[in-house]
Amino acid sequence: MTEYVTLTIDGKEVKAPVGSTVLEAAKSAGIRIPTLCYLKDINEIGACRMCIVDVGARSFQAACMYPVSEGLKVITNSPKIRETRRVTLELILSAHEKKCLSCARNLKCELQKLAEELNIHDNRFEGELQHFPIDDLSPSIVRDPNKCVLCRRCVSVCKNVQTVSAIETIDRGYKTIVASPFHMPLKDTPCVNCGQCIVACPTGALREKKSTDKVWEALANKDLHVVVQTAPAVRAAIGEEFGYPIGTPVTGKMVAALKRLGFAKVFDTDTAADLTIMEEGTELVDRIKNNGKLPLITSCSPGWIKFCEHFYPDMLDNLSSCKSPQNMFGAVLKSYYAEKAGIDPSKIFVVSVMPCTAKKFEAERPELASTGYPDVDEVITTRELAEMIRESGIDFRNLEDEEFDDPMGEATGAGVIFGATGGVMEAALRSVPYLLTGKDDDTVDITAVRGTEGIKEAEVEVAGVKIKAAVAHGLGNARKLLDKVRSGEADYQFIEIMACPGGCVCGGGQPIQPAAVRNEIDLKKERAKALYQEDKNLPIRRSHQNPRVLKMYEEYFEKPGSHKSHKLLHTHYTARENYPEDKC
Amino acid sequence: MVYRSHVLICNGTGCTASKAPEIMARLEKELAAKGIEKEVKIVKTGCFGLCEKGPIMVIYPEGATYCHVTPDDVEEIVNEHLVKGRIVKRLLLGDKDVEDVARSLDNVGFFNRQVRVALRNCGVINPENIEEYIARDGYAALAKAVTEMTPQQVIDEIKKSGLRGRGGGGFPTGLKWQFAAKEVNDVKYVCCNADEGDPGAFMDRSILEGDPHSVLEAMAIAGYAIGSNQGYIYVRAEYPIAVQRLKIAIQQAKDYGLLGNNIFGTDFSFDIDIRLGAGAFVCGEETALMTSIEGKRGEPRTRPPFPAVKGLWGKPTILNNVETYANIPVILLKGADWFSSIGTEKSKGTKVFAVGGKINNTGLVEIPMGMTLREVIYDIGGGIPKGKKFKAAQTGGPSGGCIPASHIDVPIDYDNLIELGSMMGSGGLIVMDEDTCMVDIAKFFLEFTVDESCGKCPPCRIGTKRMLEILERITSGRGEEGDIEKLETLAESIKQGALCGLGQTAPNPVLSTLRYFRDEYEAHVKEHKCPAGVCKALLKYMIIPEKCKGCSLCSRKCPVNAISGEVKKPYVIDQSKCIKCGVCMETCKFAAIEKK
Repeated sequence: MTEYVTLTIDGKEVKAPVGSTVLEAAKSAGIRIPTLCYLKDINEIGACRMCIVDVGARSFQAACMYPVSEGLKVITNSPKIRETRRVTLELILSAHEKKCLSCARNLKCELQKLAEELNIHDNRFEGELQHFPIDDLSPSIVRDPNKCVLCRRCVSVCKNVQTVSAIETIDRGYKTIVASPFHMPLKDTPCVNCGQCIVACPTGALREKKSTDKVWEALANKDLHVVVQTAPAVRAAIGEEFGYPIGTPVTGKMVAALKRLGFAKVFDTDTAADLTIMEEGTELVDRIKNNGKLPLITSCSPGWIKFCEHFYPDMLDNLSSCKSPQNMFGAVLKSYYAEKAGIDPSKIFVVSVMPCTAKKFEAERPELASTGYPDVDEVITTRELAEMIRESGIDFRNLEDEEFDDPMGEATGAGVIFGATGGVMEAALRSVPYLLTGKDDDTVDITAVRGTEGIKEAEVEVAGVKIKAAVAHGLGNARKLLDKVRSGEADYQFIEIMACPGGCVCGGGQPIQPAAVRNEIDLKKERAKALYQEDKNLPIRRSHQNPRVLKMYEEYFEKPGSHKSHKLLHTHYTARENYPEDKC
Repeated sequence: MVYRSHVLICNGTGCTASKAPEIMARLEKELAAKGIEKEVKIVKTGCFGLCEKGPIMVIYPEGATYCHVTPDDVEEIVNEHLVKGRIVKRLLLGDKDVEDVARSLDNVGFFNRQVRVALRNCGVINPENIEEYIARDGYAALAKAVTEMTPQQVIDEIKKSGLRGRGGGGFPTGLKWQFAAKEVNDVKYVCCNADEGDPGAFMDRSILEGDPHSVLEAMAIAGYAIGSNQGYIYVRAEYPIAVQRLKIAIQQAKDYGLLGNNIFGTDFSFDIDIRLGAGAFVCGEETALMTSIEGKRGEPRTRPPFPAVKGLWGKPTILNNVETYANIPVILLKGADWFSSIGTEKSKGTKVFAVGGKINNTGLVEIPMGMTLREVIYDIGGGIPKGKKFKAAQTGGPSGGCIPASHIDVPIDYDNLIELGSMMGSGGLIVMDEDTCMVDIAKFFLEFTVDESCGKCPPCRIGTKRMLEILERITSGRGEEGDIEKLETLAESIKQGALCGLGQTAPNPVLSTLRYFRDEYEAHVKEHKCPAGVCKALLKYMIIPEKCKGCSLCSRKCPVNAISGEVKKPYVIDQSKCIKCGVCMETCKFAAIEKK
């Protein structure tokens, strides 16, 4: 049972659970305290000093950290508190490169919003401004320390949630900077390109490496056949960019917008997701039957793949050899589709819209070009697509819904739920009985692997074969799970890992929700809802029943795991050294 | 073995730097040459405190204290004093004309006003020999605690003594122990803060160098009191001698069974490890220190939880400063009543100060709480060089403030210093004379804080930087109307808003100089003048025509040819060329050059 204490905030009696903070108690009493560095469960360090309150101590205390106690008297609003907050904010602004109009986060910047809320109209404390070089060498992430306010959300998410620690606070005092070890460019570090730092950043100090210019350029090139594929998670979140409530699927409008942008064909990555299930499911069955390396671990998430290459190189053989759906699709487009449509694959330009920044890195992997051309030519994030739509003057909200194009525009519910944690596992388990026995079982909804818990487990029995499965999302959880596997403590047959907490719906390329929203709403849950809703409404919900996929096998790939599919749909991995000496 | 003479040689950091090891080597050589090496014992000691006069050598039984000893003096000391029994008067400390040469330390002004509790063994014993410590009642307090007292009785005794933290904050030590003792946990830690960082302060270093066992013994007592089996000493890597002696001391204590398992045959076990700090000032802050011991970036975190509840590795932890610990064994042996008979109502015992700046006897002094600043400066410190006027004393380092001449008779204790806008701090005491510019002093301390801010919270990271920029503007003659008010606004916000003690107290040097010397700030800003004549940009060197004889000497010495004139007529300084180096003023034989 929860124990409560009674405290007074601004003269108002408030009951709050033991162990909660003054910030939470104030919130429950309808009292708003400004915050900046605070990001619930991720960055609770009381560093920015915006949420200071008077608890009767010698100095003001950070409400986000100060625990409630019986009889505590808190003042959140007094001339002195307001002035101290203002001075602190003016100081932060004095050290911030205020190129707001040309900033990636203009009008979506938490610092800007805070300045507006606290009525900062001039700055009394301007002074020396430091100039740091911008790191834009990574294919996925751009770091601009000139816009950094040192709130450390990015550091916390990278270190504590993802356990990658590619960035840390370096140096001290006014020279403090968030940077990689030895000031290496991100691309030379074990950074997995997940982009969780970007969605955690309150300002424009972190952003994706833009690919929109190259996409515009391709669209304008009459010689190219420019096609686009969209990942399942995109439709679940892009609505947020246009004022829809979180968790509203806007598939039809998104497709319509892409057609307006001038793409020759708008395809659904979900089709490739179904293809993935066929290949990966077959691989699983094969490994189980033939005493192959187990557990088999999914390979859809490029952030996870790079993490595995850096931190678990001994487990690369556990990874499914399947390419991710994005790259499977690219390879299909430049082989099967090219042949079928009679287009020279060199003239096909594949753009993918992904919820993910790591996909940009994945697209550049040299091994992912099995047709002789890169599987995917350019990757844009959900945010970049929204930018293109806005720039084109497309009135997104008033678009009529449109359908994906054939021949790769049909997907099953199984493909759709790939975007949420547990989705790939559930999709696979929907097909494994068929792949094992040639017959389906009765269950479609496998709820044990749904939800936001960090590590989930399920056990299914098919034709006398027991499959122990586990799902982890967020690389910190993945690390916990893998350590268990490594030590022999766990004996799973099948593991799904997604780099981002919540899976692709909360990928680093998704619309950025400010801390004010994230502290209140669980994005993981809300966005996943949109996908499960779509899954439920689809007539076909098992990958192996996707008629397009079946046709593809019939016309081109023969069967899952065939020689052709191995050439085009599978890949290999490389162990990567962390901080190699010649780069440090 | 019985010796007829003991020669004590200071081997503190200061005297080591001025060739104490060489003096020791020479002494051994000379004694051997005279064949008296078995009659005279050389004792390597810690700091005597009178660093200004180092290297110090004291020879017993006469009690002759020699100062500024050089290796070349050794032969004479051996021949005259140790062979012939004649005191080498020219090296004696103090008044050389007085016939009564056999003055022990107690008879010298610098020493006879001091009450040495924490420094009781410094300069008296060989810190690398545990037996010398034991001979001075060492480890008797630990024995008493673990064999005759309950943990609560130990805590009660410390509480009753009124001992307050000597690291700066002045928190009651017994209370701190009580909090940690109350926590129920299998693992607790006892930490020692030896991350002394105030500019010019070296109390803790001297104790560690001169009497390391006193700290080890106290930590073990603390471990017994709160229920901990493990101690950590966090000491700066820049204190190599202290670290070395601590290592020796820990090993010796283990060899003697005074650390380790079943101390004095009881169930109580206690071990101590050393952790080296990399010299970040902020790591003296308790939460930052513990974070650093854990191997992370040394940065403070918010409190609560307090270390007594959740400290090192999340376990209940007490952290005391070196000097605080040095007091503990004495309190247990002589009793809380004895200890609390020294000092003032709310500040019991003594305090060690590192006295520096414009004072004759630079060094380390231990005074009873309540002694006035005047007594420290004039009776112990020997007054101000060249008969200059006392202007202010700075205590508490970069977190402290200034005490102006008008308060020179205030008794020194925790509360009085806070009331005056300064603080006890860890014990730095910098004396300033009339030639000191208070704006410049504030700038100096702020430069230090800006450099040492950890960068976690904006008020400290950016705020102190902006304050420094304003001070730089003011001292370079570019001060603007409103700058002083801006300093005050920033200072107040940083004090209220910063995360840790370092940030919260960083504005103190500015606030306290503003409190007592606002007119100096105003002179800089409004009249673009530095009344003390320190801030170069605001100075003008001028030749007084009435006094100038036209000798041309200054013109010839000026490095930038800024002075011209006709011989035997008054010369003139070209202000556009002058770099304000002051050479002309030093050169002039007629005091015809002034700076304004």
